[in-house]
Amino acid sequence: MEIDRQAVEKVARLARLALSDDDVAANQRQLSKILEYIDQLNEVDTKGVPPTAQVTGTVNALADDEVRNERRDELPIDAPATDGGSIKVKGVFDG
Amino acid sequence: MADAASPYLGTVPKPADIGVARKALDQGSLQSVPVAMKDIIVTADGRKSTAASKMLAPYGSPYDATVVRKMLKAGAEVVGKTNLDEFAMGASTENSALGKTVNPWDPERVPGGSSGGSAAAVASRSVPVALGTDTGGSVRQPAAFCGVVGLKPTYGRVSRYGLIAMASSLDQAGTFTTTVADAATVLGTIAGPDPLDATSVDREVPDYRKALTGDVKGLTVGIPKEYFEVEGGVQLEIGEAIEQAKGDLRKAGAKVVDVSLPHTKYAVSVYYLVMPAEASSNLARYDGIRYGHSVERDADWQGSLEDVYFQSRAQGFGPEVQRRIMLGTYALSAGYYDAYYKKAMQVRTLVTRDFEQAFEKVDLLLTPTTPTTAFKFEEKADDPLAMYLADIFTVPASLAGLPAVSVPAGFDKQNLPIGLQLIGKHWGEATVLRAAHAYEQRHDWHTKEPPR
Repeated sequence: MEIDRQAVEKVARLARLALSDDDVAANQRQLSKILEYIDQLNEVDTKGVPPTAQVTGTVNALADDEVRNERRDELPIDAPATDGGSIKVKGVFDG
Repeated sequence: MADAASPYLGTVPKPADIGVARKALDQGSLQSVPVAMKDIIVTADGRKSTAASKMLAPYGSPYDATVVRKMLKAGAEVVGKTNLDEFAMGASTENSALGKTVNPWDPERVPGGSSGGSAAAVASRSVPVALGTDTGGSVRQPAAFCGVVGLKPTYGRVSRYGLIAMASSLDQAGTFTTTVADAATVLGTIAGPDPLDATSVDREVPDYRKALTGDVKGLTVGIPKEYFEVEGGVQLEIGEAIEQAKGDLRKAGAKVVDVSLPHTKYAVSVYYLVMPAEASSNLARYDGIRYGHSVERDADWQGSLEDVYFQSRAQGFGPEVQRRIMLGTYALSAGYYDAYYKKAMQVRTLVTRDFEQAFEKVDLLLTPTTPTTAFKFEEKADDPLAMYLADIFTVPASLAGLPAVSVPAGFDKQNLPIGLQLIGKHWGEATVLRAAHAYEQRHDWHTKEPPR
């Protein structure tokens, strides 16, 4: 399937990627080619076929809800902006 | 910085005393055995854990992956971190943002990928053992290209805790060794359930070395005909290697029959929807806020919160990673989910059913690992789809979560290694290794070393 420029820009926005005009053009070209190949899946009759999300039949792997490390000061923080022991984030609204 | 074209990122380890390691390995021990880790497996040893990405270039992990912890407990020594395609996305290691790795058999050719550094490290006899990860063939394909043994266990057999995530329903840790017996030793060490990975499965881990009887009596091996009908075909010498292997396995006691896996030709399409969808979701965590590359690390930078996300990700991720994030986001986006992602998951079911039906009649499947031997640098670099099709024989077993191994199967006319793949039933690594070992013992290919 051919993907148009607007669609590439929309997806880039959803994916939080700042693309240059050249990047958009390259993505448009390459994604179209890949999607064209992938369109062969339309040949396959999948009526009534359940989707596979995992393959080993594991159901509800549960664990006790236990704190394993209560020492917050032992957690390494590698954030670019911090304030004391906290990670500093720019304002969400009109930051 | 690593040497040009080294298998390693960061410090290159001193040449290992293979003699001492060999002695331990021959007894099924990893005591004092030097091991290299693909740099998508995190280590808390002071080495960086980069995923070969600018996004994580300065990142040091505060913890060891479970596979690392288990190897260390068994006495192994981690001596280096190996190069890979960025975030394991690629089939040639050309997508590394941090270094170049060549094929030890021919420096003009790629080592395969994404675990190209681990494959090259073992092939060049720098270390006797390396770990990698395999999502769609990233252990088996480079093993084939570099002439070593590459094992991908059943999904869930080995903990994924501490493997930097690409596609969580497919990722699995795997081994690179020069012999099948060593693969058995390493698998026995790293296998087993882990409370830190809810998808690891609590099943008995057999003594894999005991399974190596040297014969394949009583086993039926299937040859899936669709693997020889792919577009572009299979390189002549690889086809011949499969023919010879059929004879070898018959002589070793197996019955060899033809089988059909009719949905094989759709596997790459399924894979290149499911994998990017999962990857786009997993890589959403790299937001420039908590760790990794961030525009905010530049004191002079100014912008909004959204600018932090958009620009940090655009700068930190390389082109192939961005492409897969785009593809995955597209496949999951409103209006396309049913047509792409759900459709792919349904065809994934059909690919898996093909295997289930085949395994009613056979114990193992024998296929080429790759359609060609190692290709040259740049040959596929500008054509993502051509690069994706390099995975065509390894992706189906990944979609079904099956264990599979690539073993050396001789050399082509250019003296490049050929690999053949044995695929087993879920949890059937012992049978896979038994057949691989019986085959290996009939040749001396695994003893051949690349030119220095």
